[in-house]
Amino acid sequence: MAPERSWRKTIRTGLLWGTAAIFIALVGLAEVLQKRQIITGVISGGHALLLVVALGAGVYAARQRRDERVGKRLAAGALAGAIAGVMVAALVALSTAVNFRAMIVGATPELFALLSFGRGVAALPWIALIWAGVALLGAALTLLPGRVRSALTSGLGVLLGVGLLQEQVQLLLQSDRVVRFRELIFTFDGLTPAGAVIVAVVTAFLSSVWQWQRPKVSRRVAALPPAPRRALQVVGFLAALALIIVMPLFLGPFFSQALVLVGLYTLMGLGLNLEVGFAGLLDIGFVAFFAIGAYTVGLLTSTGPLGIFHLSWWVAVMIAVVVSLISGVFFGLPILGIRGDYLAIATLGFGEIIRLLVLSDFLRPTLGGSQGVLSIPKPVLFGFEFSGPQQLFFLTLGASAIVAFVAARLRDSRLGRAWMAMREDEDVAQAMGINLVNVKLLAYGIGAVFAGVGGAIFAVMVGSIFPHSFSVLVSINVLALIIVGGLGSLPGVAVGSLFLVGLPELLREFSEFRFLVYGAALMAMMILRPEGLWPAAALRRELHEEVERVPEGELVEAPGGGGS
Amino acid sequence: MPRSQWWRRLSIVDLYLWAFRLAVILVILWGIAGTVRAARYPLSDWLDFIIFGFSQGAIYALIALGYTMVYGILRMINFAHGDIFMVGAYTAFYAARALFQRGIFNRHPFISLTVILLVAAAVSLGTALLVERVAYRPLRRAPRLIPLISAIGASFFIEYAIRGFYGSGFQSYPEFEIFKGKWTLFGVGILRTQAVVIVAAVILMTALYLFVMRTKTGTAMRSVSEDIEVAALMGINVDRIIVITFAIGGAAAGAAGVLYALVFKQVHFFMGFYPGIKAFTAAVLGGIGNIPGALLGGVALGLIESVAPILVLDGLGIVAPYQLKDVTAFIMLVMVLIFRPSGILGERLASKKA
Repeated sequence: MAPERSWRKTIRTGLLWGTAAIFIALVGLAEVLQKRQIITGVISGGHALLLVVALGAGVYAARQRRDERVGKRLAAGALAGAIAGVMVAALVALSTAVNFRAMIVGATPELFALLSFGRGVAALPWIALIWAGVALLGAALTLLPGRVRSALTSGLGVLLGVGLLQEQVQLLLQSDRVVRFRELIFTFDGLTPAGAVIVAVVTAFLSSVWQWQRPKVSRRVAALPPAPRRALQVVGFLAALALIIVMPLFLGPFFSQALVLVGLYTLMGLGLNLEVGFAGLLDIGFVAFFAIGAYTVGLLTSTGPLGIFHLSWWVAVMIAVVVSLISGVFFGLPILGIRGDYLAIATLGFGEIIRLLVLSDFLRPTLGGSQGVLSIPKPVLFGFEFSGPQQLFFLTLGASAIVAFVAARLRDSRLGRAWMAMREDEDVAQAMGINLVNVKLLAYGIGAVFAGVGGAIFAVMVGSIFPHSFSVLVSINVLALIIVGGLGSLPGVAVGSLFLVGLPELLREFSEFRFLVYGAALMAMMILRPEGLWPAAALRRELHEEVERVPEGELVEAPGGGGS
Repeated sequence: MPRSQWWRRLSIVDLYLWAFRLAVILVILWGIAGTVRAARYPLSDWLDFIIFGFSQGAIYALIALGYTMVYGILRMINFAHGDIFMVGAYTAFYAARALFQRGIFNRHPFISLTVILLVAAAVSLGTALLVERVAYRPLRRAPRLIPLISAIGASFFIEYAIRGFYGSGFQSYPEFEIFKGKWTLFGVGILRTQAVVIVAAVILMTALYLFVMRTKTGTAMRSVSEDIEVAALMGINVDRIIVITFAIGGAAAGAAGVLYALVFKQVHFFMGFYPGIKAFTAAVLGGIGNIPGALLGGVALGLIESVAPILVLDGLGIVAPYQLKDVTAFIMLVMVLIFRPSGILGERLASKKA
């Protein structure tokens, strides 16, 4: 490539990342993270975010010029960073002349103090310099050999994560026995410098050991005869199960609450995954079935004025399953002939119809309108009351396990194959003798049942249900998590809900940006990695030795089938 | 109307659908009869409903244009279109406030309105192009589901970016002094804002219609929507046409945002969601891919939405029927998709995969 063109490319990269930085700043993300310290007195969340952007600019600019000499790559990184830094500096300079605050809520003096690293307008050249320096580091990162690089990045990544989540991590270290360890690593609002070094070094060390040993370990496992290998797998599975079961006992109610939500979304995700991932029926009114499950259980068990039969939760949940199955089929019937995009809009319409009906004065006498259904009792099993999040966790876990098992069996069944055939091409599937009507209705029905069970648990978790809990945002949430996890992949659903439901639960003040990040994640996922997180990881593990030899097409083909 | 073969063999489903249709028609007739018998609303009320329906429908029609043109060319639903409309309304809000604070707003109302329209249309146009560039262009050859999901992502991204920039509250719009009150036309009182909205929408849509039908670019657009490959072979720069389509759709949505803000006098980051879905309904109702169809569908939907709750639901004895205004629109959407996916004017869809 002609040199002047490649420099132009670098300049464009710098402008792009600068725009991204300004967007992140003005939309309020940086300022929200600023409230958290990463390393007390050294670096705060907002600065860390900006520096990550700068680092990204450097890495990206250097990668663009992979084939050129080292000096040029470094210079490209520094240039891109400097351009982005100049843009940020220009924003800070402008802020003294123009009152951004009249329009943009987030353009506070604190934001500009943050952007100028607390030094005010006097330090404008510094901003560009810092950005260029960090971007240079990013470019240097690309020069390192792969193993060192991944050790460094994982060390930094875990450091950032532990720093951002320090409140929650500290909650785990409440016990007196570890108090000295805790005080070594944490202050009351962030990591200590020593703690930061320890965390980063330990992670980097573990990561490089893992990198170095993994091929050997996997070769050894592969060399084992089938029986011990099987035994190893079973032991591993049981160990994971035991870990998951005892988790809420030492994690405390706060984490358990987050885990219950993860479980609920996993349930819904499994249901939607069945419709979208297996059968290819894009449903964005999925929350309707969640609402139907929740309201059925609520009305049947409530001890409040709206409760009708005051049944036990276990009976109510059976009825909720039947009701959601019927409603799934009932909704599926009229839209049998609708395909693709139109189906998405039609189901969206259905979801909103249900919510608006529940909300209306018309059905208020039975469903409670905006006041909702109150005082739903907790389920009791053999005298054990699922009272708090720590107990409900087991309920969610049990339900998710059953549902995941059912989904896995369905996927490998005749019906599952029929769904996948239909997903690929309806007309061909029909020509092969698949009864589209039955198959589609089963997909809607079973998907609805999964969501209904989720709704039933949700009802007891919150104790009283209101229509505003069932907005279209829930459907989008579920859709986002199955896509991020990997369409059609069962473990992907759990991974997706851990990332998209669990993580935001922990970063509470971050929650108003949740959908901003989801939107970006959906677009980025579709453009960069339509197969999702989990199938890619599984594939990579399987293909570790021979990635180079696998043609590109096979890697991308994963979204449907793979993932187990 | 040709249908896929399996419908014909499925008597149970067919029976169900026919029963469904019949039930819907009976319920509607029953409701109308009830309302007519009760005669609770005088004629002037009905006229108000209808005029409101027209002004609402004009706005839907303007938004629907963007859906219809993009669908006609790319065969994809631009899910973020409602949010492009919202961006227009927000821009209008800030432009109007700036003019209001300088006192220009009420001194030169028509100039102000034109300026606001132009600014809002320009910003919406820019947003539409950005969305096309970032979220759709890289996926043009991908399977259908993928651009749709990316569009949903774009939609939420825009909503929550606006929320981050401008806050999550409702912001209320300044009012034009001159547009307060009513004008009387042939003995019928029309709220002035509604009259302005209808006139502005009609002017804009006529201009767009003439652009698409009479200009060279418009001809190119139509030929691309007819057959994208042949159009490319004929020397049409398809990429450029797609960009122009998004630009025009975005500008129309921005203008619709201004008009919407004139009527409802407040803006909110989530305000694009319902009008977006309803405009899509309007586009489908009129026959997607068809520009006069979008107009017709928009007006029809606006009328149905403002008249049906009272006409049908009130007669059925439902309390507070106006709360179910959106439900009637969504039921309309599902009905159209089930019973006449080709819409009033369209024939395209029936033969192609919807």
